[in-house]
Amino acid sequence: MSEQLLDVQDLRVMLPTRKGLLTAVDGVSMSIAAGEVLGVVGESGAGKSLTGAAITGLLEPPLYIANGKIELEGKRIDNLSYSKMRRIRGKQIGAIFQDPLTSLNPLYSVGRQLVETITTHLPVSDAVAKRQAIDLLKEVGLPAAEARIGHFPHQFSGGMRQRVVIALALCANPRLIIADEPTTALDVSIQAQIIRLLKRLCREHKTAVMLITHDMGVIAETADRVAVMYAGRIVEVGPVKDVIKNPHHPYTVGLMNSIPSIAREVEWLTQIDGAMPRLNDIPDGCAFHPRCPHAFERCRRERPNLIPMRNSQAACWLCKKEGADEQRQ
Amino acid sequence: MSSDNKPLVRARNLTRHFDVSPPFLNRVLEGKQRQFVKAVENIDFDIARGETFALVGESGCGKTTVARMLVGLERPTSGSMEFDGTDIALLKTRREMRQYRRRMQMIFQDPYASLNPRWRVMSIVAEPIRSFGTVKGNDAVRARVFKLLRQVGLGEDDAYNYPHEFSGGQRQRIAIARALATRPEFVVCDEPTSALDVSVQAQILNLMKRLQKELGLSYLLITHDLAVVHHIASRVGVMYLGHLCESADTRTIFSAPRHPYTKLLLETLPDLSMQGRQRVPMAGEVPSPMNPPSGCVFHPRCPYAMEICKKKLPERQNVGHELVACHAYQAEK
Amino acid sequence: MDIFRYIAKRYTLIIDSDIFYSFRRSPVTVVAAVITVTYILGTIFAPWIAPHNSYDLTSLSLLDAFLPPAWIEGGTTNFLLGTDDQGRGILSTIIWGSRLSLGVGFAAVIFSGILGTALGLISGSAGGRVDAFIMRVAEVQLTFPAILIALLVDGVSRGLMNVYEAEAMAIYVVIFSIGVSFWPQYARTVRASTVVEMEKSYVEAAQVAGRHPAVIMVRHVLPNVMGPVLVITTINLALAIILEATLSFLGVGIPPTEPSLGTMIRIGNDYLFSGEWWITVFPGAALAVLVLAVNLLGDWMRDAFNPKLR
Repeated sequence: MSEQLLDVQDLRVMLPTRKGLLTAVDGVSMSIAAGEVLGVVGESGAGKSLTGAAITGLLEPPLYIANGKIELEGKRIDNLSYSKMRRIRGKQIGAIFQDPLTSLNPLYSVGRQLVETITTHLPVSDAVAKRQAIDLLKEVGLPAAEARIGHFPHQFSGGMRQRVVIALALCANPRLIIADEPTTALDVSIQAQIIRLLKRLCREHKTAVMLITHDMGVIAETADRVAVMYAGRIVEVGPVKDVIKNPHHPYTVGLMNSIPSIAREVEWLTQIDGAMPRLNDIPDGCAFHPRCPHAFERCRRERPNLIPMRNSQAACWLCKKEGADEQRQ
Repeated sequence: MSSDNKPLVRARNLTRHFDVSPPFLNRVLEGKQRQFVKAVENIDFDIARGETFALVGESGCGKTTVARMLVGLERPTSGSMEFDGTDIALLKTRREMRQYRRRMQMIFQDPYASLNPRWRVMSIVAEPIRSFGTVKGNDAVRARVFKLLRQVGLGEDDAYNYPHEFSGGQRQRIAIARALATRPEFVVCDEPTSALDVSVQAQILNLMKRLQKELGLSYLLITHDLAVVHHIASRVGVMYLGHLCESADTRTIFSAPRHPYTKLLLETLPDLSMQGRQRVPMAGEVPSPMNPPSGCVFHPRCPYAMEICKKKLPERQNVGHELVACHAYQAEK
Repeated sequence: MDIFRYIAKRYTLIIDSDIFYSFRRSPVTVVAAVITVTYILGTIFAPWIAPHNSYDLTSLSLLDAFLPPAWIEGGTTNFLLGTDDQGRGILSTIIWGSRLSLGVGFAAVIFSGILGTALGLISGSAGGRVDAFIMRVAEVQLTFPAILIALLVDGVSRGLMNVYEAEAMAIYVVIFSIGVSFWPQYARTVRASTVVEMEKSYVEAAQVAGRHPAVIMVRHVLPNVMGPVLVITTINLALAIILEATLSFLGVGIPPTEPSLGTMIRIGNDYLFSGEWWITVFPGAALAVLVLAVNLLGDWMRDAFNPKLR
């Protein structure tokens, strides 16, 4: 197996509040190989965006990393100073956010923003950088790139803006891109275009992607592997085909069945009752047990770790032989 | 359709234009023209009692404007909308409108904005009851609110809490309870689940379906999610830039779509069965409704576009009780 | 049963709220609040707290005039902070004067608050020409300094009344003129919040429920725009107190027979250079402390009610 590009071990993100410390991300471990697309999926409040922010060093205070380590190409990056992290962001890690408007400076033309980013990270002259910028814009499918390079962000439509943001993220040839809900703000017909683009570019540039989204459809189309998060923890991780077609964790099973599909006719959708717990009352043991149809004594008491299955891993006592036995009794 | 089985809602040539002209002084001094956005243009549809009619389309297609016109939040520029045989577009005063308002209610998209944060659930759900006076006396109103809350899967104690103490799904349940408070026959649901997580979406869709069965409701469902439409709707209208491209039974839309836009929309549905099918993404983006393309508004993105599409707006064609507006489909026939 | 539940709920909501938390966490604000509350209590209970009734002309004796504070030679413990030219005890007059200053301040901000909030609500909900008209008037008025408006209103009303009426009505004229000069700020803020709230779907839900537009404005929108109004009211209270003091100092405010803090400062001003500094310094300090405390409270409120700054 190839060397891992990104390795996250036991990451814990805490949120201090006046009522005490809350754990927003709880012991997340994941790794991404070079050129791989890892999907991170979960409902709102699952901690998926915070995981991404912790990796890019963009956690907003008072959130902080309390534990664990993040290694990029074998070097720790979670304890770097802000200025060092800034160099890594852009050069080695690119970021794409949900709303393209927030990632672009409205006062500068897109050309200037691209050129600045390129010259900051690569030793090239402005003229060369501008040529590269035009090439990049062409690559992301912006029509008439030469003419539009002088345009300002508000002169682009939503889909075109997101293409510019992708160009911006790619321009220093980073090894890893963290894409946080890159298609959520876009219309359905544009989403498919952007997903295809992202996938093609990453294959061509051999860039790894951590794709954070709540949309299983996007994951199914794009990711190689997928990590399903619930209440700040990874509950299941594995190759995307295995997780989607043969999920092990009851949460993943429920999630997959609750998505209406045009492939099957059902009178009622499978529903998971209740809602994701708030940060201040995450239950003991397995965080999912109050909503789980198969919960038994051990789930309430003891928190399961990821247990290897045939191809994937799931954090569920049902997946452990003795756990299953206990339930049967 | 037999004539004695009249639809509950019938819209004919429903049109809504918005005046987005620059202010008077700018028009005079800078010579700017008056401008109108044609949000909804000549739309026809029927909704039968007890059925769910879905309007689908991307943002800016005018589907929400249709919903808002039906419940009287917006006045149509022209056209008619009949509710149970009366043209409510002709009703001028609030008082005339009121007796129909009780019979049609609305569920809004964002449950975080549709509940007044300073009101308790009791007052929120009781508001339509008090407004229309359907139940008299405080005790009776309270009893009715408790019953509604139980009906949507909440507890009686929840009546004393404020909206911020509930999750998104629970809030949408409260909104549904409010919409049902005056025993309406027709409920307009404007993207009822798009602000919710998928596992919660399933809860709400199931609830809506159950309530429809129990209370014999008719729904107008506004959504951009074709999978939701497939699950819940009996008939579908597809809108693009203010025009109705196609309306048909749900089965027809998904098995034999007629309009090219419908076909392309179906292509955008993600493939969760993981068959490795490559979908063909739709080219281009939705043009600005301020400045729509000439002829058929979809022609710049349409793979079947012909010369005539650029010049002439396609006429609506009836295929049985379904309709489609496309030159290519006409030519093919 | 219902009502108890309601009160218990309200109580826990207040104690539990972020606002209360941020209040407790800011010592400056707590001190400012304590000072403000002390002033308010002091003015409410003035008849019992003040050693003398400065407004009762029969109790004054010119023999007591110009007494220095108690700790200076010639002072008496009867008049702790000395007396003025009429023989009024400074301490008592400060207490009675604060009562007047705070009273006028509160009345003025409540008056302008009601006027401005109502106009802002109408402006924000009606839109179109009504909105344009109200806002243009507000903007025109904002181009004049508040003191100028107050002086103008004051002058006009004095011109319309004879001397005795003017004397009797002076306090109401001051309240009115300060109130009128403050309404545009309320109107603009309330209008802005109203426009935002009107966009939210709970307003539309009330429309679908068949509510009358006026009911929607008062019962739905108004409670949701009150946050900023409360903040402006606090900040304006300090401004109104200063404005009243300024008017009185200029001699167009409260008549000298019932001195407010501003009137006292003016009276003392005449004797400042002849050595009787206490007549003006103590009322001045009292005014400064009061205004500072109210201002600090207003500052904290502005931050606490603005989620972006939290």
